[in-house]
Amino acid sequence: MIALAVLKRLAMALATLAGVAVVVFLLLRVVPGDPISMMISPGASEADIAALRAHYGLDGGLLTQFGIWAASALRGDFGVSISLHRDVVQVLGERLPATLELAIAALEFAVVLGGFVAVVGAMARRTALESVIDAVNGLFLAVPDFVWALALVLTFGVLLPVLPLTGRLDPSVSSGMITPFYWAESLLRLRFDVFADLTQHLTMPVLSLGLPLAAVIARVLKGALNEAMAQDYILLARLKGMSKLRLVLQEALRNAIGPTLALTGVQFTFLIGGTVIVERIFAYPGIGNMAIDAVINRDLPLIQGLVLVFAVIFIAINIAVDLLVVLFNPKLRHG
Amino acid sequence: MARTPSATAEPLQLPPVAPVAGPSLAMRRLRAVLAEPKVTLGGGFILLLLAIAIVAPWIAPKNPLDQDLMLASLPPAGLAGAEPGYLLGTDTLGRDVLSRLIFGSRVALTVAFVAASLAALIGTTLGLLAGWYRGWVDIAVSRLVDVWMAFPPVLLSILLVAVLGAGIGSVILAIAIIDWTRFCRVVRAETMAQAESEYVTAARAIGFPRFHILVREILPNIAPALLALVSLEMGIAVIVEAILSFVGLSVSSGTPTWGGMIAEGRQFIHQSWWVLAAPLAALFATVLAFNQLGEGLRRALDPVLRR
Repeated sequence: MIALAVLKRLAMALATLAGVAVVVFLLLRVVPGDPISMMISPGASEADIAALRAHYGLDGGLLTQFGIWAASALRGDFGVSISLHRDVVQVLGERLPATLELAIAALEFAVVLGGFVAVVGAMARRTALESVIDAVNGLFLAVPDFVWALALVLTFGVLLPVLPLTGRLDPSVSSGMITPFYWAESLLRLRFDVFADLTQHLTMPVLSLGLPLAAVIARVLKGALNEAMAQDYILLARLKGMSKLRLVLQEALRNAIGPTLALTGVQFTFLIGGTVIVERIFAYPGIGNMAIDAVINRDLPLIQGLVLVFAVIFIAINIAVDLLVVLFNPKLRHG
Repeated sequence: MARTPSATAEPLQLPPVAPVAGPSLAMRRLRAVLAEPKVTLGGGFILLLLAIAIVAPWIAPKNPLDQDLMLASLPPAGLAGAEPGYLLGTDTLGRDVLSRLIFGSRVALTVAFVAASLAALIGTTLGLLAGWYRGWVDIAVSRLVDVWMAFPPVLLSILLVAVLGAGIGSVILAIAIIDWTRFCRVVRAETMAQAESEYVTAARAIGFPRFHILVREILPNIAPALLALVSLEMGIAVIVEAILSFVGLSVSSGTPTWGGMIAEGRQFIHQSWWVLAAPLAALFATVLAFNQLGEGLRRALDPVLRR
């Protein structure tokens, strides 16, 4: 049963991915004007233009063009970036880890902060503290990452200049890292100087992306906790004298984690979408920042590769969340 | 639901075209809406902003495009070096920040109202059709939503505007093309829920055509939820416009926008932080106001939440 459901889910994911590929392809080609004029960087020679036209089979029909592109994409060949003059897959491989480290750090921060606020809020049910928590939480729910990022720039750039405003690692710190996952590697290799510098650079982007997600988690988890705390068996346990904190952490949390997890997964994809603009604001060298440059430079192969990478990440997260929700919900497991 | 013919039957002196239950339901809803402090606060701020945007040419103290390098990077009033007449200071080209802020509200609100309405129109239409007719219509719409949701929205909006060409029309179109899914998903689920209710069964028993039931019976019942969603979407649209201006893809640099001011302010943050702070505060307040308005509308109009 489960295997069949997973297979069906995977088939649907592949269909969605194919849909994304078609949409991007059409979007970039059914534009008024010559697609080549979108692709060339200023100053490209006649020979470059002719070579490009041949490379993409642009003299053939749309279907032929898509066939050529899809066939090479399936072989793992996304072409050569027009603005960077380098293999798209190679460029993505270098940049993606920076974005993944940022997104995962923001997720961790959001889960810890949101979970903490939810537990405090559930403990403080029907007190003045709960109203304060709800009001502050509402603020963070309403205002998106873009605004928080710039507010942080103002705060730490002008008022309290203690954090670096841009980049991932200060050039003066010689990293000597082997993998592109600097943050994880520096910690594992106990290079605390590198780790500290990376953490400083990550702080503001992580806060911008993590605060709105933390607010979502806090709201949903607190609601689920309150609901669980109103169950008969919990009331009975309270009457028997078990402490409220212990009940929240041991009993209610177990029941509340399923719905929170499902929502956190969806919201995590929004967070990853948010890396595009947040990386831009902090000049962080990830794929989001690169995506904006790719669009501005009309770097067609790079744009296509980037959009597909984002789509794969989004779809993978959705599948992972579906599976996790089933794992955490005994009722669904047998259905 | 209260608009059934029997409700008009009792007061005989009233003309049959004006059912008693109609206006009184609307009045009750209006009263519920106005009693919600989130609506009055959020809506009040939006109305104020709208008024400012309309009368911008008469209330702006300076021409927002006038440059004066002799008066460049003046700090806001109250700080050392401030000049009278420049309440929020000037930017690096000597343009008055307050005047640019006032004029920037025009682009922000235009995009908010038009883009959100357009997104609502597309999303509601597709959502209604998918939720009511089910079958292949539903499958097609749902798969399309799946594909759309697999795009990072900010990247897609930048891509669309790059393809369509910079300008306010492209920004509006891009937001509508991206955010219709927000409406579609909610409206589809709501329509499916409403389709199970008794008034729909009754309407079908009477023999109303299916499309008639969808438009005249179901749509009015999901309108309140839709209204709240439109308000939230307006807040999102303001942010997206600011993001596109920030990246340099929105309206031409001759028109002052909050996002454009933010981009300049970010660049010269160490010389003149107020060029960033002023539009950011405006953006913050506007998004919060749209959000509170939407949240308040949802609370006031949703019978389940109201309790």
